[in-house]
Amino acid sequence: MSPRREFWAGARDILPLIIGAIPFGIIFGTLAPVSGLSAGGTMAMSGLVFAGSSQFIAMGMIAAGTGWPLIVMTTFVVNLRHLLYAVSLVPHVKRLPQRWKAVLAFWLTDEAFAVVIRRYNAQDASPFKHWYYLGAAIAMYSNWQLCTLLGITVGRALPNAAEWGLDFAMSVTFIGMIIPYLKTKPMAIAVVVAGVVALAADPLPHKLGLMMAAMAGIAAGVVGQRILPSHA
Amino acid sequence: MTEFFLIAGMAIATFGIRYIMFGASSHITLPPALLGALRYVPPVVLTAIVVPEVLLQSDGLDVSYLNARLIGAIAAAIVGGATQNLLLTIVVGMAVFFSWQALLS
Repeated sequence: MSPRREFWAGARDILPLIIGAIPFGIIFGTLAPVSGLSAGGTMAMSGLVFAGSSQFIAMGMIAAGTGWPLIVMTTFVVNLRHLLYAVSLVPHVKRLPQRWKAVLAFWLTDEAFAVVIRRYNAQDASPFKHWYYLGAAIAMYSNWQLCTLLGITVGRALPNAAEWGLDFAMSVTFIGMIIPYLKTKPMAIAVVVAGVVALAADPLPHKLGLMMAAMAGIAAGVVGQRILPSHA
Repeated sequence: MTEFFLIAGMAIATFGIRYIMFGASSHITLPPALLGALRYVPPVVLTAIVVPEVLLQSDGLDVSYLNARLIGAIAAAIVGGATQNLLLTIVVGMAVFFSWQALLS
């Protein structure tokens, strides 16, 4: 595929996850100014930080009167999971020029990772898969900015976006992406352990439950692979 | 002014974490054992995100037919398992979720 086709394929494939993010963008734009951020600050946060979970947690901390150094440290913890995504992508991005790496890293989100790692793992040896990443990332980013702006401007006139159910699009997309992996026993064990730990660790703050579940799942898979007699 | 430091700090913290491995990637050769372990990252991370989304509702764990997300997720898993077609999985999962929600209300 040409760079242009890769770009548009990425933008197209991330569409369900964009739909899932719409309510969150609108809610952030609606509530952040109420929590104490200026309208400009709200846009700047979506534009420069571009990390939904951190933005929501920061918004809550601002409303509670927390000082900025603590919010910044919390952001760091909340975003730790991106290290896991980045390490997974290292073999695929290592040969790109530095400016590409900087741009793609800025746009690394849960959603982009989910879509892009799928493309990188696909069998064809296209040399332009970074264009696919770029297309997915720019689509996700544009939508986040647009939804934040919608929230700031007309958010309060809209019916409660949390009740639309659009966020479920992310769940079904991820389910569809998980299934093809479930071909070996170690993989199935890893997924089950991750799910159980995610449930048990959900009360942990700062998305640490997610990190813990991921680590437990990986460990379970690796151990399963070692001790199970046969695996594909 | 505080807002400036807040947003600049959050932007630097977020970009730093996202970039550090990419920036150093040309000097990094991951050992085969780690590469093997990293194969598990996508499915376990997606699972860790989805499971609480589907099963935990505002009043805690909800494993019943009253949880429309669970019904939608089960439908998606069945379609995904039978067809391996991502788009169809999404469309059917969403349709079942919205229909079930409408039935319940």
